[in-house]
Amino acid sequence: MSRRLRMWVLAVGGLGVAALLAAAALRLPGFGGDDHPYGERAVEASLARRTSNTIASVNFDQRAFDTLGEETILFAAVLGTVVLLRQTRDERQVRPAPERVAAPVRRYALVMLPVALLTGLYVIAHGQLSPGGGFQGGVVVATALHLLYIGADYRALERIRPVGLYEVGDAAGEAAYLILGVAGLVGGSAFLANTLLPYGTFNTLASGGTVPLLNAAVGMEVACAVVVLLARFLDQAVEIERSTGSGNDRGE
Amino acid sequence: MSVLPYLVAGWIFLAGCYGIATSRHLVHAVGCLAVCQSSTYVLLLAVGYRDGGTAPVHSDLAPGSRPVVDPVVQALALTDVVVGATVTALLLALVMQVAKRHGTVDPDELSELRG
Repeated sequence: MSRRLRMWVLAVGGLGVAALLAAAALRLPGFGGDDHPYGERAVEASLARRTSNTIASVNFDQRAFDTLGEETILFAAVLGTVVLLRQTRDERQVRPAPERVAAPVRRYALVMLPVALLTGLYVIAHGQLSPGGGFQGGVVVATALHLLYIGADYRALERIRPVGLYEVGDAAGEAAYLILGVAGLVGGSAFLANTLLPYGTFNTLASGGTVPLLNAAVGMEVACAVVVLLARFLDQAVEIERSTGSGNDRGE
Repeated sequence: MSVLPYLVAGWIFLAGCYGIATSRHLVHAVGCLAVCQSSTYVLLLAVGYRDGGTAPVHSDLAPGSRPVVDPVVQALALTDVVVGATVTALLLALVMQVAKRHGTVDPDELSELRG
């Protein structure tokens, strides 16, 4: 298809979609309206189970099964990336050379690393109380580890980051979520139902029944998944090179 | 103007579509897909907004003292962000493979099959 024809098809399709979206928007309930039946029921259910962060309650209690699906998508995407970015036969691994880092960068990265790590763990642990949770905290934890790459070099990062271990951690996080689900089933109620543990005291760390445990499982999986993902991309950028004398060029 | 946020979401979506269709670089196309996806965040959060509402987190807010925005769509937006990030990572891995195997990342030059 020529570029010109493609632009025409795009213009016609885009205008059609724009018209449909505008028509749909005009029929939606007005922005900022007071009618949120699902939201009100979700808040009530969350308070009944003494989870002060309603979003954590929706994700890990009321819609826990959907979160299992979401977690599985994350798991599958990591698996796909690991398979796609493996070292192929015509590539070789080179040892990255030690790099010099400017002293202030090194200093601040190394000071920030434990702070960021602790912040990530805090966000995971307080997911049922305050904004945050396993998904957000997991990303913060994984990012904290990579401050070592900025503050020192790739070799230092590789020493504290055995990728195999994090791959196991990824799978263990996913498995822990499933096991907590099955535990609900064994405990005489439904899969992933929040009936296993006492709901605790409102607004304390141990409140919300299984919500903190599911949060921790997700936090572990997300942290490990992001570390594995970044490791694969960084390996491609830093370590893996095309062997000399092979066919087509790298095209970068 | 109580429909403006919905229209903004539609506009972001179409801007992303335009970027994908006219893209000359696969990484740019993946970025445009992320723009398309971000329109869904705007739509979800706009659907759940309530005038004068605050975050549905009761750690420092007495239940019932203030209207809160809809937590269900906020949870959906969280799901959306996570799935969007992982799909972007997977697509970027595919782009790297395309670059290695075909020596180009221009979608227009990738039209023929190669075995």
